Amino acid sequence: MSRVRVLAGTRKGAFILSADGKRDKWDVSGPHFAGWEIYHFKGSPADPNRLYASQTSAWFGQVLQRSNDGGKTWETVGNNFAYEGTPGTHLWYDGTPHPWEFKRVWHLEPSLKDPDTVLAGVEDAALFRSTDGGQTWNERTGLRRHASASNWAPGAGGMALHTILLDQKTPGRMFGAISAAGAFRSDDDGATWKPINKGLVSSQIPNPTAEVGHCVHRIAMHPSRPNTLFMQKHWDVMRTHDAGESWEEVSGNLPTDFGFVIDVHAHEPNTVYVVPIKSDSEHYPLDGKLAVYRSRSGGNDWQPLTKGLPQANCYVNILRDAMAVDSLNSCGIYFGTTGGQVYASADAGDSWTTIVHDLPPVLSVEVQTLP
Amino acid sequence: MIRVELPAQLQTLAHVGREVEIQIDGVVTPRSSIDALEARYPMLRGTIRDHITQQRRPYLRFFACEQDVSMESPDIPLPDAVVLGREPFLVIGAMSGG
Repeated sequence: MSRVRVLAGTRKGAFILSADGKRDKWDVSGPHFAGWEIYHFKGSPADPNRLYASQTSAWFGQVLQRSNDGGKTWETVGNNFAYEGTPGTHLWYDGTPHPWEFKRVWHLEPSLKDPDTVLAGVEDAALFRSTDGGQTWNERTGLRRHASASNWAPGAGGMALHTILLDQKTPGRMFGAISAAGAFRSDDDGATWKPINKGLVSSQIPNPTAEVGHCVHRIAMHPSRPNTLFMQKHWDVMRTHDAGESWEEVSGNLPTDFGFVIDVHAHEPNTVYVVPIKSDSEHYPLDGKLAVYRSRSGGNDWQPLTKGLPQANCYVNILRDAMAVDSLNSCGIYFGTTGGQVYASADAGDSWTTIVHDLPPVLSVEVQTLP
Repeated sequence: MIRVELPAQLQTLAHVGREVEIQIDGVVTPRSSIDALEARYPMLRGTIRDHITQQRRPYLRFFACEQDVSMESPDIPLPDAVVLGREPFLVIGAMSGG
């Protein structure tokens, strides 16, 4: 029987949650790297026992961890993320130039084919790549040196390349998203990038339809339809069918179209999940009722999914990297909250159970479907 | 051999106890002490000093014989008591809590 392994990164360590295909009994392992922030924690599609974890601390900086046995044992690997050449400046919150400074790895994206190749999206926004299992890192400079980069500015959480999506069908194509610069696409394996923000409207910036400057919180795709992307923007849920050349809003009947996470059902490319959040500043579910919203039509028509989720006094947030899906026949959906809960649905969102409810604030959730 | 005392998080990272002993050839300074520490425990590279600037991380301080040497030149010779191993060279993290 297949198994699933949920990789949860939290403010105070990493946790591995394991279950068989029924997904009703969970074994919890952790905390790994206790006391450290684990911004992201992901397995290699090419070798599920190869895991990478971004371990950070305001005191001690960035550490990268690697496991070759599914998280039983770990080794530290390289943590030298040096921008190539003179880093230059981007805009600071007050609009003044600010030097590019490495702060942390927000997102790790292992290669689809090679366990030793992994991409890192970092703050301040840039893309790094390792081809030796994380021992050494080299910047793919095309993103940070994009002509618009000196005009990028941080969102409240920092200016990070927080999303990296690899296109399985088009060699060399990948997508990235930066808060608050927007979405970008590379067609040459990350060497060069173009902004793909046409159709986004952000009323919070001086030019609401600017080429860059949009606070894109997360983008998601189904592997079988990589030209169709779904985006949770600061406000607005968006969709493109042409690999980002143009976007349309699909917020539809959502009670609020602010949020952070967005993901796609493993077997239904038109089925999308978001968690609406009240904002601009509250960042918790509307009326204290936690609900995942699902659209089976690629957006616009959304259905609240609440069975098993708290419907009173719930004031948590779900951060941008904290939702994932498994690929079992009955697709499993998972998300973690800033209140330390990790929720799971083994029936595509119809009902939810709490795997764990008292972890440190959850920063990221990934899932591995294992044979 | 000199003794270096590490904060708890770095003890865990390096899989060591509170204190480690390291051999230094030449003048014992904050810089040579951290150089030797990183050579012996490569996983500590970048955690005490920034990789690029080699500056001490802002939430860490260095002490020797109850004296704060954080603001001194990294090449200042450390006291004989540290050189001879009678006193440890302390790497201390800023207090956090509350």
